[in-house]
Amino acid sequence: MDFGFMWDTFLQLLSGIPLTLNLSFTSVAFGAVLAMVLALMRMSGIRALDGFARAYVFVFRGTPLLVQIFLIYYGLGQFRPTLQEWGLWVFFREPYWCAILALTLNTGAYASEIIRGGLQSVPHQQVEAAKACGMSGFLLFRRIVFPIAVRQALPAYGSEIILMVKATSLASIITMMEVTGLAAKIISQTFRAVEVFIVAGLIYLILNFAITRIIMAFEWWLSPHLRRPSTVEPRLEAAHV
Amino acid sequence: MQQLSYFELIGFGPKGWGLALLTATGMTLAVALCGFLAGSVVGTFVAWAKLSRNLAARTLGDGYTTVLRGIPDLLVIYLFYFGGSAALGAIGSLFGADGFIGVPAFVTGALAIGIVSGAYQAEVFRGAYQILNRGELEAARSVGMHRWLIFRRIIAPQVLRYAIPGLGNTWQLVLKESALISVTGLVELLRQSHIAAGSTRRPFDFYITAAVLYLVITWFSTYLFQRAETHSMRGIRRAS
Repeated sequence: MDFGFMWDTFLQLLSGIPLTLNLSFTSVAFGAVLAMVLALMRMSGIRALDGFARAYVFVFRGTPLLVQIFLIYYGLGQFRPTLQEWGLWVFFREPYWCAILALTLNTGAYASEIIRGGLQSVPHQQVEAAKACGMSGFLLFRRIVFPIAVRQALPAYGSEIILMVKATSLASIITMMEVTGLAAKIISQTFRAVEVFIVAGLIYLILNFAITRIIMAFEWWLSPHLRRPSTVEPRLEAAHV
Repeated sequence: MQQLSYFELIGFGPKGWGLALLTATGMTLAVALCGFLAGSVVGTFVAWAKLSRNLAARTLGDGYTTVLRGIPDLLVIYLFYFGGSAALGAIGSLFGADGFIGVPAFVTGALAIGIVSGAYQAEVFRGAYQILNRGELEAARSVGMHRWLIFRRIIAPQVLRYAIPGLGNTWQLVLKESALISVTGLVELLRQSHIAAGSTRRPFDFYITAAVLYLVITWFSTYLFQRAETHSMRGIRRAS
């Protein structure tokens, strides 16, 4: 084990972290909006919308992400003249945007099921109570349904974010030089797979650990009712005076 | 040159890629299945370690599942692809062979899938084991069954029964992960589509076909796992 080499590798791989995080957070952010829309479609009770959302989730969860990436990055090249005509080619010729699009569409499908689970777990009594107070429509959603649903869905959403961080590694196959891409490059130059693997794996573990911690902190912040009240020792002597 | 229609392109005619795509689908299934079975073996041992009373074994097992579920599968595949040949080369040079010895891509792929899915299956098995009724284990011991016999007669059948839904999910993961094996050059479904797309300049047609074939496989496996679940639960009363 050559620690000098591993340190050099570590320094080189560090420069890939911004892109890894950029891909993860951009696609998680867009994906969350998409997932919300899909979840509302599923719950809308309108058959066409419900059917569309079901089909969407089935297709995107049932096919490998790499196929989706290839379909967008290479596949759409088949329609290049049309896309150029529509002015969309500037977008689809960039591997970055293709990766973002594929990751967004993919996480949207997985996350919509998580959000739907969260929305459905909101107790009916809460909604009824809110209605009794005169809330309805968006106010009811914003004040009651959404906060409770987010709280319920957060742990599962946390694992989805971790999965996305791991999934960004596939962007390296379409030339994005994020952590895995750099690692693959170093391995193919030096043939020291084990050392590079350890360093790159460590970077992912640290990233994921940090993200887990942040989500846990967020969860703690969102659920004050579950925290143990800060125990203030009652001053008995004062009470009895 | 006249443009072939989509169905001529993926059909079984003289210029069609149908047979190649079907063979590649078979390869996808084969590598996924081998990887999944390897993962079951790994998963059983890791679950055993995680449930063990020995602190060292438990720490190792927990470490294994944490690490393997926290790093991208692609990295593991690279490790086996490049590292495997390096290791084989080193062993080979001990015996006087020199130069590069490549590990067959199929073996690399199946091993990488097995190592990763082993971590997921370990969690599934551990969860299923914890549903087991302790009383049954004690009863088995009290009638004098040995550890192996208890495993075979009491633990394995019940753990497998409770693990079916979780195993179904892991199988879907494995199937999708098998697409990553294409980076090692194994001609499975995605790789074959890539080759066909390159030589015909019709990438969309081939990737969409690959997507449909993957969908058919996942859909059919969901169906099979559901059948298996109902079958295995036929003797069990469930609270409804």
